[in-house]
Amino acid sequence: MVEAYLRQSPLSQLALPSRIAAEHGNTGVTMAERQFRRIVNLRGNPKSEEFTKAVKSVLGADPPLMPNSVNTGKDITLLWLGPDEWWIITDADTAPVADKLREALAGQHAVVTDVGEGYTCIAASGASAADTLAKGCTLDFHDSVFAPGSCAQSDMAKAVVVFHRLEADKPSFEIYVRSSFAEYLWRWIENAAEEYGVAVTQ
Amino acid sequence: MPARFRLTQGGLIDRSKPVSFQFNGKVYLGFEGDTLASALIANGVHLVGRSFKYHRPRGIMSAGAEEANALIQVGEGARSDPNLRATQIELVDGLVASSQNCWPSVEFDVSIVNNFASRLLPSGFYYKTFMWPASFWMTYESAIRKAAGLGKAPEGPDPDSYDKTFAHCDVLVVGAGPSGLTAALSAGRAGARVILAEQDNALGGDLLSEADAEIQGQPALEWVEGARAELEGLENVRILTRTQCYGYFDHNFIGLMQNLTDHLPQNAKPASLPRHRLWKLRAKQVLLATGAIERPLVFSDNDRPGIMLASACRTYVNRYGVKPGKKAVIFTNNDGAYAAALDLHKAGIHVAAIVDLRSDPEGPMTEQAREAGLRILGNHAVIATAGDKRVKAVLVAPLSEDGEKVYGGGEKIDCDLVAVSGGWNPTVHLHSQSRGKIVFDDDYACFVPGTPAQESVTAGACSGNFGLGACLTQGHDAGIATAAKTGFKAKGRKRAPPKAEDRNFLPARWMWLVPGDKPLGHGGKHFVDVQNDVTAADLHLALREGYRSIEHVKRYTTTGMGTDQGKTSNVNAIGIVAGHFGCPIPNVGVTTFRPPYTPVTFGVFAGRDVGDLLDPVRKTPMHALHEHAGAAFEDVGQWKRPWYFPIAGEDMHQAVNREVKACRDSLGVMDASTLGKIDIQGKDAAEFLNRIYTNAWSQLKVGACRYGLMLGEDGMVMDDGVTSRLGENHFLMTTTTGNAAPVLGHLEEYLQTEWPELEVYLTSVTEQFATISLAGPNARNLLAELTDIDLSAEAFPFMTLREGTAAGIPARVFRISFTGDLSYEINVPASYGAALWQTVMTAGEKYGITPYGTEAMHVLRAEKGFIIVGQETDGSVTPFDLGMDWIVSKKKDFVGRRSLFRADMSKDDRKQLVGLLTDVPEQVLPEGAQLVEKVEDKPPMKMLGHVTSSYHSPNVGRSIAMALIKGGRARMGSKLYAPLADGKVVTCTVTGVVFYDKEGERTRG
Repeated sequence: MVEAYLRQSPLSQLALPSRIAAEHGNTGVTMAERQFRRIVNLRGNPKSEEFTKAVKSVLGADPPLMPNSVNTGKDITLLWLGPDEWWIITDADTAPVADKLREALAGQHAVVTDVGEGYTCIAASGASAADTLAKGCTLDFHDSVFAPGSCAQSDMAKAVVVFHRLEADKPSFEIYVRSSFAEYLWRWIENAAEEYGVAVTQ
Repeated sequence: MPARFRLTQGGLIDRSKPVSFQFNGKVYLGFEGDTLASALIANGVHLVGRSFKYHRPRGIMSAGAEEANALIQVGEGARSDPNLRATQIELVDGLVASSQNCWPSVEFDVSIVNNFASRLLPSGFYYKTFMWPASFWMTYESAIRKAAGLGKAPEGPDPDSYDKTFAHCDVLVVGAGPSGLTAALSAGRAGARVILAEQDNALGGDLLSEADAEIQGQPALEWVEGARAELEGLENVRILTRTQCYGYFDHNFIGLMQNLTDHLPQNAKPASLPRHRLWKLRAKQVLLATGAIERPLVFSDNDRPGIMLASACRTYVNRYGVKPGKKAVIFTNNDGAYAAALDLHKAGIHVAAIVDLRSDPEGPMTEQAREAGLRILGNHAVIATAGDKRVKAVLVAPLSEDGEKVYGGGEKIDCDLVAVSGGWNPTVHLHSQSRGKIVFDDDYACFVPGTPAQESVTAGACSGNFGLGACLTQGHDAGIATAAKTGFKAKGRKRAPPKAEDRNFLPARWMWLVPGDKPLGHGGKHFVDVQNDVTAADLHLALREGYRSIEHVKRYTTTGMGTDQGKTSNVNAIGIVAGHFGCPIPNVGVTTFRPPYTPVTFGVFAGRDVGDLLDPVRKTPMHALHEHAGAAFEDVGQWKRPWYFPIAGEDMHQAVNREVKACRDSLGVMDASTLGKIDIQGKDAAEFLNRIYTNAWSQLKVGACRYGLMLGEDGMVMDDGVTSRLGENHFLMTTTTGNAAPVLGHLEEYLQTEWPELEVYLTSVTEQFATISLAGPNARNLLAELTDIDLSAEAFPFMTLREGTAAGIPARVFRISFTGDLSYEINVPASYGAALWQTVMTAGEKYGITPYGTEAMHVLRAEKGFIIVGQETDGSVTPFDLGMDWIVSKKKDFVGRRSLFRADMSKDDRKQLVGLLTDVPEQVLPEGAQLVEKVEDKPPMKMLGHVTSSYHSPNVGRSIAMALIKGGRARMGSKLYAPLADGKVVTCTVTGVVFYDKEGERTRG
């Protein structure tokens, strides 16, 4: 395999690592890039037992069936994107699952496509994270509506995104955005968070 | 030293914090807590503006959002806002404010001649005078605009930042007066998500202007303080002060504008804080507690500075600790105004008389005034006023029994303040904006909310409940009810609403037009709408001229229009119209209330979407390297694509020529990552492509590529691109850069709505890959150094693809060409794009590798006669028009086929794509130039078509062009002319569209 140091993330030009603050005590929002995640787009018929079985056999988790819900397995996160569409997200260090899935789903009307190279992930968390995101998105980010452990596709400012709200003590969101929009969206969110205090974190 | 008209004590101002400000160039002092209006009054300044039409001197007439006179320009230069109400401008150190609508100054305004010439300016004056001759309107317009403008636009781009946000809540409470506070408390206690929006900087509403009100046996403002503390302690309640709810739209969508920094001195504004914020709010329930606005009386010359609403006098005395005058006359038709008389009296202002239209004044406040020994003139009216820049005296006379006339010459009473009350109008604006019905209440003579049209309720004075006790109870109950509707039932023991005295402003005597001693319109003006200078005589004139609908009367006379939207004038106008017709007020109806309630700053609608955040700038993985190389960029959709790469001293023309030559002579490289890429999989994938493209796909071999053309349903070319077969059931489609998203939408639409039976899934993979295109005779030589793929012409022929590595990176290489030269497109995972680009540039040095941009690409493809969708096509061009019959299958169906084969589509005189060669080879036709067969002296000439692409081609050694020409293919070899805007005529000859390497040997080599 080719040297990993040759890779560049979509936000590499912002030199975010150099901006990581040692102290970010009272900032309302902290932001970070979660780079190089593997994302596999999965399409298939959730009503087919053959399909769901095959998926579970590889991932150890069922494809979530409730709209905007999230299932997790070992080192793996599944986001519901549509009635027949999911994202399977893993870290760069986790072994790729796409080929195994393709094998398991062979002969079925199901499709496995790697899309992670086309996205990056912006993490935004903190007491004012929801207020910040509300500036660019019509969704209601309140706990009672957008609960921790759920996801949604929408627009953020003028970029199409997938939100994943993590299960965490403080409001924590991960925003998947197409690479070409990443710089725009990062600067937009950072600008929107400015009034609450914003810091870059690991 | 305190200002002359400042009371020695009292008010909610902070006397330890003096504030310096400028008004009309003069420096004054006020206190923190003042508004501009209260600080001016404290300094004895009443004359603050000139009226719109007659330029009559005008003073502050209210203490709130309803202010129609004191419209102020605040700030200077780029930081300047027109039409702000002095009564709502919080005083801040360094504030610079000035009057509007006067020249050269408010003290001496030359346009006052309009006042004396007012007979010449009747209602509908503009309609009547400037309608003819129609061609003169342009001349009139500029003069009228100059004379009539309200305020000045800022002189430069806005230096401040603005914010906008979406928001959601269960219950929105508008207004934080007594009813709004109890409503927010009970809804908040039940657990509902509550937003409480208040236009003022403090909670309390009318209680802020009350001296002695009590709630639950404690001073009202102490109760307010307790309510505020409790609300702030509730996590589910958000309080927005300085926030105007300006519009109530469909589906409980509410617009609010929050003022965040205007009340702070310039040097104390936090840099990170936006100036204003727009809230785009969806509320499950809306609870309107917007209160009421006092109504003036319409009497002769009722517009002089010093004549103001009685409630405003109370506000100035009680809230701001200022004396609105030294000697006051109260003019009322109801008991409520006596409270103002008492407050003024208590503040040491001499109350010369209370002139009451009621024949036998009575009521709780009236009795108190009697006990205080104030002079009450029952059954009397103010029939005239005197004074120029400030009222000096009023003329008072007894009324006839029916109230239609006055007796005698009247008694002159000196005064410098007239406090007026004609009753109260509930602030039903938002209810009405939401399409809720408005009904007339005969007892209170005002319009009150009827049945709501949306999920909303009204409470307190806004709903016609004027007593404090009633307001508290109704707000309390409405808060519980609305919260319950959103699923939050009140918990625990039922709480009782706070108690307070329940007194309204009745009894009253309703009189819409106070008679004067002269007939209407003959000396003295009865102003109905002071902002638009509409008088009762104007209304009568409109009615005499035949206007009947109140909406027409409004537009014809302009009453109730302008920035105040008739807050103080509408109901009086309706009353006067009803009086004229002798009909009940409900028969006249009511005009529509329109948003915004008060003007909204433009900046909030832009928010942070300005400057470089206006629109996304999409960047490829190699973008930074292109920037570093000094590329000039071109916008393609939201993408920035390198346009050309100038080296030292080159202009665009030189750079493009060099790039174009390099691609034919040795080696060019381009970033093609922006092209749309759609992954198409499923057992019906080939069939799907058959239906989408005009040509056939079933026979395409795995590993092969094919050019495809797709049409819209109208048979016109929609997009083109190369699609490759990666596997039996797996294709990769490319689209033009700008059409990537629309094409995916087009495909999904057909898949989901027309052919759901097809087993096909589409996935956008545009950004999964970085794409580097090598072009030129040395493309193979360079790539050979970097890849493990056999590049020989036999092993890897034109229009095929291979998988392998490039510079060690997993890669898919396509042998396809848009330049017409030997070309490879290398696709690698996007994160490796920059690394591969750098490797290619370094390894290519020995071939003089030349990065080329979109402009060189356009020249190269034009040399080969390749079209660009959107340049050679414009939505009205078929494949046949382009001479691309070869790509249209005659055997199968496809989207657009039926339209394409309509008889009209095969007409010989349709515009067809041809090549053009200018007679003078150096001459380059401008793109878009019209072509004619015969040049006339001047237009119009019979136009045959236009130039779609035109370049200097260094490889052909002359200019080349393509054009869409009527019946073009039948004109081969004939001359056409392009008459240009500068009078020159370019002569050219019609040719084929391929100008270079007609056999295509270079591509295939």
